[in-house]
Amino acid sequence: MTATLERVDVVRTAPAKGRSRARTRHRLTVLAFLAPAILGFALFFGYPLIATIGFSFTRYDLINPPEWVGGENYAYMFADPLFRTAVYNTLWFVVVLTAARVVFALGVASVIARLKSGVGLVRTLCYLPSLAPPVAATLVFFLVMRPNEGPLDAFLGWFGIEGPLWFADPVWAKPGIAAVVLWVSGDLMIILLAAILDVPQEQYEAAELDGAGPVRRWWHVTLPSISPVLVFGVVNSIILALQLFTQAVVAGSAASGSADVTGSTKVLGFPENSTLTFPVWLYTQGFRYFDMGYAAAMATVLFVISFAATAVLVQRMRKATHQEQS
Amino acid sequence: MTAAVGVRERPFAWRKTVDWVAVHSLGLALGLMFTLPIVFVFLTAVMSDGQAFTEDLWPREWHWGNFLEVFERAPLLKYLGNSLLYSSLATAGMLISSIPAAYALAKLRWRGRNVVFLLVVGAMMLPPQVVAVPLYDTWSSLGLTGTLWPLIAPYFLFDAFSIFLLRQFILTIPQSYVDAARVDGCGEFQAMLRIVVPMARPGIAATALFCFLYTWNDYFGPLLYTSEKPDQWTLSLALSTFKGMHHVQWNLAMAVTLLIMVPAVVLFAFAQRSFVKGITFTGVKG
Repeated sequence: MTATLERVDVVRTAPAKGRSRARTRHRLTVLAFLAPAILGFALFFGYPLIATIGFSFTRYDLINPPEWVGGENYAYMFADPLFRTAVYNTLWFVVVLTAARVVFALGVASVIARLKSGVGLVRTLCYLPSLAPPVAATLVFFLVMRPNEGPLDAFLGWFGIEGPLWFADPVWAKPGIAAVVLWVSGDLMIILLAAILDVPQEQYEAAELDGAGPVRRWWHVTLPSISPVLVFGVVNSIILALQLFTQAVVAGSAASGSADVTGSTKVLGFPENSTLTFPVWLYTQGFRYFDMGYAAAMATVLFVISFAATAVLVQRMRKATHQEQS
Repeated sequence: MTAAVGVRERPFAWRKTVDWVAVHSLGLALGLMFTLPIVFVFLTAVMSDGQAFTEDLWPREWHWGNFLEVFERAPLLKYLGNSLLYSSLATAGMLISSIPAAYALAKLRWRGRNVVFLLVVGAMMLPPQVVAVPLYDTWSSLGLTGTLWPLIAPYFLFDAFSIFLLRQFILTIPQSYVDAARVDGCGEFQAMLRIVVPMARPGIAATALFCFLYTWNDYFGPLLYTSEKPDQWTLSLALSTFKGMHHVQWNLAMAVTLLIMVPAVVLFAFAQRSFVKGITFTGVKG
């Protein structure tokens, strides 16, 4: 009996051994291709993510060793009035900017898609501002939205409207920053334009035969077909709003007119903390006041929120890959 | 068939004309809306010191010399050098590290591939502020804060966005080309270098462009690591402090604002098609 078993084994292992050797080789090849990425992911994402959570339970100023304080940093969030301001400001951007950006980009893309000639030219013109560094784009709008003398106020003046102080007005600073971001949302426009142009022409023709006008065709054919791309646009805009930093810092320091604008604490959030977004307050606490523990606690909160937003997108992508494979 | 449609639609021809005019004037208005701000920046950049930021929006005299004067007022060439160092080294590093990773995600079959891909997407979506504290802590203990190396080094190992984008491009290369190379006795590395890299050239170009532009435009990174060391500043960081630091007028600040956009516009003009395709690819799988 043992003999038979052994014989069976011998018969089976010969090709199996070759196969498993090939498999091991294949695995090693995959590993070789991915080795730098795995190392990089571990060093620049894996480790710092865990370490951020660790630091968030400590008091740490970069000089003295971290000191364990338990949940003190998280408790302090509820006592810190500027934390509340920062959360409010960032939430404002998540809600208003996300809605405005998706609607605006969709509107522009829909217009470009309907052009019979000059599509390439208009698309290029609409995309061009997106090439500007965020610092430059913000300064551009600081010029355009200059109170009283700027081009925008001159334009509003034709209609008898007197513009506000824009970036110097706590009510209008956030809409001003939102305008900068809309001006540079060419990426999303191009993505939506491609999606709209991808909608099969037959669907429009069928709708037209049913007597649907252009508006109804857009609502009943275009919109449902591009809904996955719209979801991408929403998630992408939320992530963008959550990490809004540069525009807020530059707008605040330009409007304050201060000479010291390298992210100095005096000008961050100007005017009246209306541009103090969550990442700006995180940066101020961690890298201006060197309260690394508190900054890490805020980073952990930011991580949880952006993780939730990403999970929505990933869920969608998973569905898409499953459909692709089946 | 076309004739029949034409006949049926003729009574509505005037409506089509109105529609055409409406859509095209809207398109023109959009084009103007997006470009006018840049026109105003240009007009301000060539104004005299006294005229900039007044009610007068059209230059009374054209001071073309402003574009040269900014180089005398601030060490712009130094900042330019730093920006070039950051952007070109990061892009080179990204190409070395990301092409093999993207190849493994697109053309090699292995268990866990989807999970790894989702991790890449997750890393791509992570706000940079989340990991800033421990990374700054580590780079500071290595004595490398105050330089651009903490920003450059990661690209030689891992850049989530580039891996993602390159994978999307490489996926469009038919599997049969890669299989044929394998049958001909090519190893995977050779199949990647000889078949996939040449075929994915537009995609690689687009990814390199995005990487270059992202680092060129980056503000948070240079601010975090080099804000205390002005001789390490990049153009983007320097621009944010330009008005205050160098006590220059707004016309000069606007001249720098224009100059900093030049490389991006030139690159875009040369590679517009790959560029637009690359942007489309970032959203295609959403």
